[in-house]
Amino acid sequence: MKRSKTMEFGVGLFMLAGILGLVFLGLRVSGMTLSTSSDTFRLEASFSNIGSLKPRARVTMAGVTVGRVEAIELDTEWYDARVVLSLDSDLEGQLSQDTTAAILTAGLLGEQYIGLSVGGAPEVLEEGDVIRDTQSALVLEELIQQFVSNMVTN
Amino acid sequence: MTDAPFIEIEDLYFSRGDHDIFRGINMTISRGQVTAIMGPSGTGKTTLLKLIGGQLTPDRGRVLIDGQDVHRLSRKALFTLRKRMGMLFQSGALFSDLDVFENVAFPLRVHTDLPDPMIRDLVLLKLQAVGLRGARHLSPAELSGGMARRVALARAVALDPELILYDEPFVGQDPISMGVLVQLIKRLNQALSLTSVIVSHDIKETLSIADYLYLIADGQVVASGTPRTLDTNQDPRVSQFIHGEPDGPVPFHYPAETLYRDILGQASAGKVR
Amino acid sequence: MQSNIKHAISHVARLGQKGCDALESLGRAGVFLAQSAVGVPSREGWSLWLRQVHFVGVLSLAIVLVSGLFIGMVLALQGYTILVDFGAEQALGQMVALSLLRELAPVVAALLFAGRAGSALTAEIGLMKATEQLTSMEMIGVDPLRRVVAPRLWAGFVALPILTVGFSVVGIWGGYLVGVEWLGVFEGSYWSNMQASVSFVDDIGNGIIKSLVFAVVVTWIAVFQGYDLVPTSEGISRATTRTVVYSSLAVLGLDFVLTAVMFGGL
Repeated sequence: MKRSKTMEFGVGLFMLAGILGLVFLGLRVSGMTLSTSSDTFRLEASFSNIGSLKPRARVTMAGVTVGRVEAIELDTEWYDARVVLSLDSDLEGQLSQDTTAAILTAGLLGEQYIGLSVGGAPEVLEEGDVIRDTQSALVLEELIQQFVSNMVTN
Repeated sequence: MTDAPFIEIEDLYFSRGDHDIFRGINMTISRGQVTAIMGPSGTGKTTLLKLIGGQLTPDRGRVLIDGQDVHRLSRKALFTLRKRMGMLFQSGALFSDLDVFENVAFPLRVHTDLPDPMIRDLVLLKLQAVGLRGARHLSPAELSGGMARRVALARAVALDPELILYDEPFVGQDPISMGVLVQLIKRLNQALSLTSVIVSHDIKETLSIADYLYLIADGQVVASGTPRTLDTNQDPRVSQFIHGEPDGPVPFHYPAETLYRDILGQASAGKVR
Repeated sequence: MQSNIKHAISHVARLGQKGCDALESLGRAGVFLAQSAVGVPSREGWSLWLRQVHFVGVLSLAIVLVSGLFIGMVLALQGYTILVDFGAEQALGQMVALSLLRELAPVVAALLFAGRAGSALTAEIGLMKATEQLTSMEMIGVDPLRRVVAPRLWAGFVALPILTVGFSVVGIWGGYLVGVEWLGVFEGSYWSNMQASVSFVDDIGNGIIKSLVFAVVVTWIAVFQGYDLVPTSEGISRATTRTVVYSSLAVLGLDFVLTAVMFGGL
């Protein structure tokens, strides 16, 4: 009977290790926070070109991650991209209405993310509001084309 | 006790691939007796036991145990019927992951709700009957062949069955353990008033304990009777087997061309096989 | 000429026979799985299962963790030399984590499991069959599918996903050791790039689903090969080899299908 007790203990430890491993993967590797959906609010922003922005990309403010891109869809009225952002609820009622959203690139070839910068208007953005002032992604080919055509006209 | 036979085998046919093993076997096995089924090796004696136990299904014919057709039963009813049977396998077939005690306790644990102390007492009694109470903590790997078979016997009678099937109980035993097994089988049969079926080709031992014998060869019953009547049977097939003569109706040679043609005929034709 | 045709026909016939045999054995395996995996566990089923988890899980842990560590370390080393050319070595964590979670941990852990636990299961059940233990169990009135096979199946189903999680964790740690401690990638970017790109549901979840599928397939093949083998010593050795070969092929093939469904946008 003694042997089977140590065996049971070993199996228990094994399963516990599995669960702890899963928790480690969840928290440390996928960066999940224990408090998620309840503590966010949503904003929308329209961009004429989102480049290679993907769902779940970071949303930062002064370099600090404050949220994620939740969904990207094509607005069939204006044919631009409507991006839904989910932000920390701490910021609800803090961002002024003339906040700008820009699609930035981490490094030269890195992933794309959204950077927010606050304006000075007294009115604030609430759940579901739309950010008006946006700056689209820089597409390398377009930049080069502009540069070349400027050279030619000069 | 009724006189109705406990097992009836009616017109049993069984084949494996193209090879016919049984071609119309008829047997009746009486309650409370030791019945031996004998025959040369390779005549499918073990197969016959498996047919009785319902592990194999015959091509034709039927096996009745206590009036129930074994091969018509549902899986559940078959398993219920098997609780009334014990079977002793050639190798003992003890469970290698359990020790001697747990091996004997196994049928009790799965088929009864007895409390642990009672199971312990029963197991010790059964082990005492086969003389291995002291070996209860050994694992099957530590037992000799004869001891393993005795433990298997204790396990086979653990549930006090009505029928025990012995598959070659004497094969590969030294004279002492052979004698022990013969004694045990006889004693168990009397003490528990069991019906026993022994499959064997050890003539001396089997004749000494059997009440009735069946001799099978070529897929058929060639003779049956009490040991005494078989001993004086004049049928050459019977006397060859009972008296252990090397050549007779059961040939010594596997069917082949004559030796002369095999050696000289092929050599003169210049072919070597 | 005519004999040539006859020859060809007999070849075709043999091929057809082989196909029928394979199909029949697949059917047998399916019935076998259904009969043993479905069923009310008996009273002592729990402790039998526990013993098997110990056997296939705990005893395989060492080999799986050591392999995971080395694979994580190699990934970091190889990845670094490639990424550093693009000045993107801060993406090392992301590369190590994604390749482990999505691909390497489920597949390599399943292959190791097939070699370590699967072959042992086949040999054990095969030996029980060869020594008539399964038959005698049946004669006692106990269904060996439930008593012997079911605990082993369920132990395999549970153990392999846990081993896979362990493989990933140790591998990511191994990547950290090489990338951060040795090659000097900035620690913060190792973890934060990883966290930014790994999704719990899409990457970790799909990896675990993969390993669950592999667990079912490998354990199924292993116990079936043991149960279905020819009970001789040659039969056991052949079945053990078949277990490793079949389950490795099945794991790799299924991995492609699953990857195509999960990540390939199918």
